[in-house]
Amino acid sequence: MFGYIVHRLLVMIPTLLAISLIVFIIIQLPPGDYLSTYMAELQAQGEAVDPQKLAYLREMYGLDRPEWQQYLYWVWGLLHGDMGYSFAYNLPVTQVVGDRLWLTFIVSITTILFTWIVAFPIGIYSATHQYSWSDYGLTFLGFVGLATPNFLLALVMLYFANTWFGISIGGLMDDRFIGAPWSLAKFGSVLAHLWIPVIVIGTSGTAGMIRRLRANLLDELQKQYVVTARAKGLSPFKTLMKYPLRMSLNPFIADIGTLLPHVISGSAIVSVVLSLPTTGPMLLDALRAQDMYLAGSFLMCMSLLTVVGVFLSDLALAALDPRIRLGAGSSK
Amino acid sequence: MSEPEQPLAHFVSDEPFEPNRVEAMSPAQERYYRASQWRMMWWKLKRHRLAVISGAILGLLYLSTLVSEILAPYGVHSRHTDFIFAPPQQVHLFDQGRFVGPFVYGFDYSLDMSNLQRDYSPNLGQVQPIRFFCLGDDYDFWGLIPGRFHLVCPAQNGTLFLLGTDRLGRDMLSRVIYGTRISLTIGLIGISISFTLGIIIGGLAGYYGGWADAITQRVIEIIRSFPELPLWMALSAALPVTWSPLWVYFGITLILGFLDWTGLARAVRSKFLALREEDFATAAVLMGASPRRVIFRHLLPSFMSHLIASATISIPSMILGETALSFLGLGLRSPITSWGVLLNEAQNINVVALYPWLMLPVVPVFTVVLAFNFFGDGLRDAADPYR
Repeated sequence: MFGYIVHRLLVMIPTLLAISLIVFIIIQLPPGDYLSTYMAELQAQGEAVDPQKLAYLREMYGLDRPEWQQYLYWVWGLLHGDMGYSFAYNLPVTQVVGDRLWLTFIVSITTILFTWIVAFPIGIYSATHQYSWSDYGLTFLGFVGLATPNFLLALVMLYFANTWFGISIGGLMDDRFIGAPWSLAKFGSVLAHLWIPVIVIGTSGTAGMIRRLRANLLDELQKQYVVTARAKGLSPFKTLMKYPLRMSLNPFIADIGTLLPHVISGSAIVSVVLSLPTTGPMLLDALRAQDMYLAGSFLMCMSLLTVVGVFLSDLALAALDPRIRLGAGSSK
Repeated sequence: MSEPEQPLAHFVSDEPFEPNRVEAMSPAQERYYRASQWRMMWWKLKRHRLAVISGAILGLLYLSTLVSEILAPYGVHSRHTDFIFAPPQQVHLFDQGRFVGPFVYGFDYSLDMSNLQRDYSPNLGQVQPIRFFCLGDDYDFWGLIPGRFHLVCPAQNGTLFLLGTDRLGRDMLSRVIYGTRISLTIGLIGISISFTLGIIIGGLAGYYGGWADAITQRVIEIIRSFPELPLWMALSAALPVTWSPLWVYFGITLILGFLDWTGLARAVRSKFLALREEDFATAAVLMGASPRRVIFRHLLPSFMSHLIASATISIPSMILGETALSFLGLGLRSPITSWGVLLNEAQNINVVALYPWLMLPVVPVFTVVLAFNFFGDGLRDAADPYR
C-alpha cells in the first residue's frame, strides 16, 4: 500500500508540470498581453498613454522577458505558493482567489455528496425493480437532468425560488456576510444559499451515476453466490446489503475522478448565472481581459483540485478493493 | 486384411457438394446465420423501441437541416419592428364554430406606460389563415440559390409567430429551425474529429504497448484532469476576435473535437490490448501483414459497432458544450444562429419572468440530447454480441 501511494505521488509531479505548461501556453495564445489590451482601452476612452509608463509597467510585470522566462518565473512562484499578480485587480492573485477557491471547493464537495445521496437509492431501486415502470420513470428522470442545460435550470430555479418562496438566492451568502469573518451565522447563510447551485450542478452527474450503479448491481445480482444465499433462506434485503451492494459501490469512489472535473465545469457556468462568488465569473473576466497570471493560476488551481481529488479517490478505492491494491503492486 | 497390396480405388463423386444435405437449415435459420454483423445489429436495434423512435427523430432533424430555408416561415434575419417580444400565436381551426382551417388571430398591441411593457392580446376579429406552399421572405438556399418558396407562410399582411419573437422582432421558430443546422453539425464534425483521433492514438497505444502506451496514457490523464468547461472557455477566448463567425464556428468545433478524443482512445486501447493477443491477430502478423493492415483490417472491425455506439453517446456533450459556450458569449456569435446563440438572449432573469418563450430553444436541445442518449444506448445494446 505504501509503495502504491509513493508511486501515485511521483506520477503526479510530471502530470502537474505538464498541466502548468499547457495552461501557460493557452493563456499566452491570444495576441498581445494585458498591457496592450489595457492601452487599447485607454486609447478608446481618448486618454493619452505615456509610453514611458507603459515600458515601466511592462518591465515591472516581467512582460518584456522572453516567454520561457515568464513561464519559469510563474512556476517558481507557484511552487512557493505565490500565484503572481493580477493586473486587473491590482492585487496578488492569492488574495483575489483565496476565498473563492474555498467556496468552489465547498460547492464541489456538497454537489458530489448530493449526487451520491440521490443516485444511491435510485440506483438500487432501479436495479432491484428492473424493467418495471418505476425503473423506466426514474431512469428517464435521470436523463432529463442530464439533458437540461445547467445554466437554464439555474435561471428558472432562480426565478421560481424568488416567486414561490420569496427568497433571493443569487450569490452564495447574504450580502451582510460578504467580507465578514467566518461565523456560525455566515455558515448558515451559505448553507441556505448553497442548495440551488448544488441541485443544478448535481442533476447533470446523477444520471450517469444511477446507470453505472444499476448496471453494476444487476451484474452482481445475477451471480451464483446471490442465488446460493437466497436458496439458503437469507432475506432479500440482507442478501442485497451484505454482498452485492458492497461490490457495486466501487463506482461511487472511482467516479470522483470523472465527476470532479465535471462538477467544477458545471459550477463555472452556473456561477455565472447565479452570480456566485466562485471561480466562474472571475475566470471569464480574466480570460477576456488577458489577466494572464490570474487566469493561469486559476486554471492551475482547478486542475490541481482535480488531480488531488483523483488521487484521493484512487487511494480510497485501493483501500476499499484489495484487487486494485494488489494488482497495482504486482504490475510494478 | 485379405489383400493388403491393393490400395482402395480413389473415388471422387461428380455430384456438386451440397452441405445442406447433411444438416438442412430452415430459411429463417439460414437468414440468421448468413446475416452480416451490421444486419444482426439492425435486427436487435429494431426491437429496442425507444432507440428506434429516437433514431427517427434524429434522422428527421438532420434531414430538416438540408431544407431549413424552406421549412422556416420567415428568413433568419427578418425583423418585424412592430412585433417586438410578441408572444407565441396559437394555431386554431375553428372561428366561432365555423371551420376555417389552420389560422391564427392577429395581435392587438398596447404599451403599458407604467412599466413600459408591451402587451399583446389576440384580436378575435382578425382571422389570418396560414398559407401553405407559398412565396414569402427572400433567402439564398444554402447561401447560393436565391428563392422565395416556403412550406408555410403567414397570411398576406398577417403574422405567424408560432414561438413568439425576440427583442428585434425576429421569429423564434425560424431561428430555431436555422439554429438546428449549426447545432447539429457541430456535434457531427466534432465527433468525427475526436473519433479519428481516438482510433489512431488509442490504436497505436494499444497495438504497440510499451512506451507509446505509457505516453498516451499520461497525455490522456493530463487532458482529462482539466475541468472541461474552463478549458473550453480559455481556448475559445484565445480565438482571434478578427475571425469571421464562420471561422469561429470551425474553431469551436475543432476545440470540442480535440479535447474529446480521450474517452474513445481509452476504449480503443483497452480493446486492442486484449485483441492483439488473440489467435487471429497473431496469425495475421505471422503472415506478414503490416501494422496498418492488422489494425484496420483485422482488429478494428471486430469492435467498430461498439465504437460507433460510444461515439453516439458522446455527441450530446458536444452539443451541450457549444450551447454553454455560446450562452457565455465565448462561442458562436451572431449572425451565425445556433441554439446556444439563441439561448444567450435568455440570459437575464427578466426573460424568465416576462418573455418565457425566449427559453424555448432549450426544447430542441433537450430533445436532441435525450434522443442521442437513448439511440446510443440502443446501439450499444445492439452492438453487444452477448445480449
